[in-house]
Amino acid sequence: MNPEQSREQDPEQDAELAQALGDFRVSLHAWSAAAYSGPRVMGVARKRVWRQAAGWALGCALVAGGVSAGGVYEHRQREMKIAAAQATAEHERQAAAQRAQLAREEEEDLLAKVDSEVSREVPSAMEPLAQLMAEDETR
Amino acid sequence: MATAQEIAAEEFSAVVTKHRPQIFRFLLSSTRDIELAETLTQECFLKAHRNWASFRGESSAMTWLMRIAINLQKDYWRNRRMQFWRQTRTNSVDLNEASEWLPSGESSAEQQMLAKERVGQVWKAVEGLSERQRTVFLLRYVEEQELSEIARQTGLSEGTVKAHLSRALGRVRAELGGRR
Repeated sequence: MNPEQSREQDPEQDAELAQALGDFRVSLHAWSAAAYSGPRVMGVARKRVWRQAAGWALGCALVAGGVSAGGVYEHRQREMKIAAAQATAEHERQAAAQRAQLAREEEEDLLAKVDSEVSREVPSAMEPLAQLMAEDETR
Repeated sequence: MATAQEIAAEEFSAVVTKHRPQIFRFLLSSTRDIELAETLTQECFLKAHRNWASFRGESSAMTWLMRIAINLQKDYWRNRRMQFWRQTRTNSVDLNEASEWLPSGESSAEQQMLAKERVGQVWKAVEGLSERQRTVFLLRYVEEQELSEIARQTGLSEGTVKAHLSRALGRVRAELGGRR
């Protein structure tokens, strides 16, 4: 075993380490004896109760935050759904108006066509007379 | 005339009276949690009671009990999978509180303060040790067991015990060195 290893395993060679280990042992023995036989130290217990309460408070705050964040999210989702529904309704309304306009225009075109074709048509029984009138006019 | 069962019960009762404080102390130093140490101590003696008939006295009762206690604290640390919740839910006292326990034998307030600081640093180093290193360190420097006895209690070879002890001391030394 080299001196370094020997030193690692023998705290007696290091006064401060030996002192620290001794203090640690004495401290633990005192704590254990007090915890084993007597009532708990109120200071420690109170601190623990306080810490538990703080833990609960933090937990509640986190839960409340989570719930309210969930509420905000749900509200936002609802608003988005309403906006989407409104946009869809508007789009449908515009499409319907456009279709109605087109139908109106088609109807007008058809009426105009019928009108012009009917006005030009000549009854077949009068056709020869009409031709004579046209010849006379050319002369 | 007492029956064999009554004799066994009396023997076991004597073992409990004799060794319970030491088992509790080891579990307290391992967990830094008084309630948990009490629970594990009870469980240790419950297990011992159940198996008392099979205890053949090949090792001392203390070695046998300490082996049960070591396994119980090992199971406790290993079975708690969610480290975060273990940290938040545990009742273990913090290092400052654990370091407050010092008998008033020190001669001056300054020496008391220095002693508290040293104890706090050892606790800090212990906190950073692996489960095996911590167990070996506590058995050696709190329970003042011989290396051969630690080897029997932990089921490790003496060489392994020495290696764990060496690393643990290195940590403590490094922690104390940070103060210098």
